[in-house]
Amino acid sequence: MLELIVISTLNGVLFGMLLFLLSSGLTVIFSMMGVLNFAHASFYMLGAFFGYQLTKWIGFWPALVLAPLLVGAVGMAVERYGLRNTHKHGHVAELLLTFGLAFAIEEVVSMIWGKSPVDYRVPAALDFPAFTVFSTNYPAYKIFMLAISGLIFVALLIALKRTRVGLIVQAALTHPHMVGHLGHNVGRVFMLVFGVGSALAGLAGVIAGPALVTQSDMAALLGPILFVVIVFGGLGSLPGAFIASLFIGLVQTFAVALNGSLASAFGPLDPGTGPSVLTDIWNVTIAQIAPVLPYVLLVVILIVRPMGLLGTRET
Amino acid sequence: MTSTVTSASDIAAKPSGQNLRFYGLWVVAAIALVALPLIFSSGGSLTSFSLIGIAIIFALSYNILLGETGLLSFGHAVHYGLGGFAAVHVMNAVTAHGWPIPLPLIPLLGGIGGLVFALLIGWVMTRRAGTVFAMISLGIGELVASSSLILRSVFGGESGISTDRTALPHIFGWTFGPQIQVYYLIAFWVLVSAIAMYALTRTPLGRICNAVRDNPGRVEFIGYDPHVVRYLAYCFAGFFAGIAGGLAAINFEIANSAYLGAVQSGMVLFATFIGGASYFFGPILGAILVTYLQLGLTSVTSVWQLYFGIIFIGIVMFAPGGIAGLVMMHRPLIRARTLGMVIPSYLVAALPTLALACGVILVIETVARYAVTGGEGNIVKLLGIPFNTTAPATWAIAAVLVIGGFIVARITWRRIAGAWDRAAGIARDRGYLA
Repeated sequence: MLELIVISTLNGVLFGMLLFLLSSGLTVIFSMMGVLNFAHASFYMLGAFFGYQLTKWIGFWPALVLAPLLVGAVGMAVERYGLRNTHKHGHVAELLLTFGLAFAIEEVVSMIWGKSPVDYRVPAALDFPAFTVFSTNYPAYKIFMLAISGLIFVALLIALKRTRVGLIVQAALTHPHMVGHLGHNVGRVFMLVFGVGSALAGLAGVIAGPALVTQSDMAALLGPILFVVIVFGGLGSLPGAFIASLFIGLVQTFAVALNGSLASAFGPLDPGTGPSVLTDIWNVTIAQIAPVLPYVLLVVILIVRPMGLLGTRET
Repeated sequence: MTSTVTSASDIAAKPSGQNLRFYGLWVVAAIALVALPLIFSSGGSLTSFSLIGIAIIFALSYNILLGETGLLSFGHAVHYGLGGFAAVHVMNAVTAHGWPIPLPLIPLLGGIGGLVFALLIGWVMTRRAGTVFAMISLGIGELVASSSLILRSVFGGESGISTDRTALPHIFGWTFGPQIQVYYLIAFWVLVSAIAMYALTRTPLGRICNAVRDNPGRVEFIGYDPHVVRYLAYCFAGFFAGIAGGLAAINFEIANSAYLGAVQSGMVLFATFIGGASYFFGPILGAILVTYLQLGLTSVTSVWQLYFGIIFIGIVMFAPGGIAGLVMMHRPLIRARTLGMVIPSYLVAALPTLALACGVILVIETVARYAVTGGEGNIVKLLGIPFNTTAPATWAIAAVLVIGGFIVARITWRRIAGAWDRAAGIARDRGYLA
């Protein structure tokens, strides 16, 4: 039991940090530009596939740097040539544009790399067990992922709180017009933020690709969970996104690891009752309801606290 | 938006002539629905018409949210799917217990299935409009879709629940075995639902929905609660989506979890937006086009969904009014008789634009075929011309078409804009354009 708790906590924190790499960019883009970027998870997928392809051509370490930069460039192009032109039609049009982009990117990826998972492997230099907890070997690559996402988190914090650019970004979050009046190029700030956000998503993809499955449906699987994270944490709140990412990461990881059901806790139902909704609920294991849990959390938080955990605006 | 408002006041102001034309339109639609299978009587076209009919009701129900109330939902298929499941369960129960409910009433029960869920979940969902509503609708959609795989006794797991539409009590000797009878059932419900939904846009509720879309603050100021209005609109949309789902269940004789999924929600959004959400007939156009493309393109190309995505992005960026918006843009020009001024520039622009489109198609098809065969030689046929996917000439032609086509097309598009401004200016002078 203790072994399960330790391993699941490690994995949960890791998944949570990955979620934060994505949700931080998403929530900053949302609160600055008012655009909910539907294609954010697609940038994560692009990162994984670029990482896979570049690893094949030039090795993992150059790919770790190049792939996020490429994804960031794609993101900047999307902002410059897509969103900026759509802005005059309102937020719904912008949202729809990113929705169409997410759809198109998934199709392009499955057109080029196919619909089945690609063979994106952990680099040989990191393919060894880091330490042994009880009887489980914990892979070094996961520690590496944890280190990278922790590093990015600290770098992001410093960049936002301690640099001039971070100051402008923070100001543009709440008062974009005032920032413009002061002579800053708000358009360029937006493009930069969109590019950095996409690059962070791409980085998450590059490092998550070997550990998870690199497949053309990975964006569609992760995208809705990201939205849950940023609503749960409170729209536009970075600390909220951080707490929500870790929380949902842990909840999902623990749920997958647990095999209990109502039937195992209270004994099986009378066999004479036959199949019904009750028997379905009675026999379903916690692991089976893991994919539903984030959405249940979403509905609960909307009823109990509509602005999210640390949000200031009513959702 | 403005033109829906003007057409409504037109009807109110000029009773006789306008009314005749208005009712004439519905009569023509009814006659067309009856006559279509007599003209195209093959089995394939009957199946297509049935699918298009279902898609029309579904898209119109979606437009109660998107076009009328300004709510962008990413989970509308939930109501469609639950309507389908309600219909299947009722049909199986009717067969098992011998209740006297004939098949033509089943879609209504499907609609009630969609409505009940909307009543339950709508109040929480419609608290806020805009992006927040969009996100919540996505979450609810995923919640229902993933729950449907857990509650196997209701949703039948991956295989779904099947039924037999011919086992229900017959009326007028109709067994609903042959597709033609199912088509007429669908056509009947298309007409009834379309009239009902059109009437809804003309009620005070429909009007206040438009007001909530345009300016919720002022609606609150004059004493209405926007939340209640959004909730009511959501319930109506859920009801009509349920009718469409019930018809789909009758047509396929099965309901499965794909009915509720994100793909179905995405398709109805595509259909409504491509057709044009600002006009009542927009979603009808969109449903016909999208269903037709879906059926037609799947046999031609393996990457048909990518073309959908590209068309959708193009519409969002360049014509947010959809096809209906593009068509209706020309109405004041026709009235002012200045349409002739823009047609020459359209014709000039057509050639480079077509070249650009051909180039894009060639690139997509070549890449798709190249990736599938792992770089081996393969032939792509475009306009009857065979292209070898490994030949450098193919890639060169594609590049020239895309880049050259884009540069030339951009010049001609600017010409269109110039001609349009002149024509619209004259139309404005003659008083046909606000």
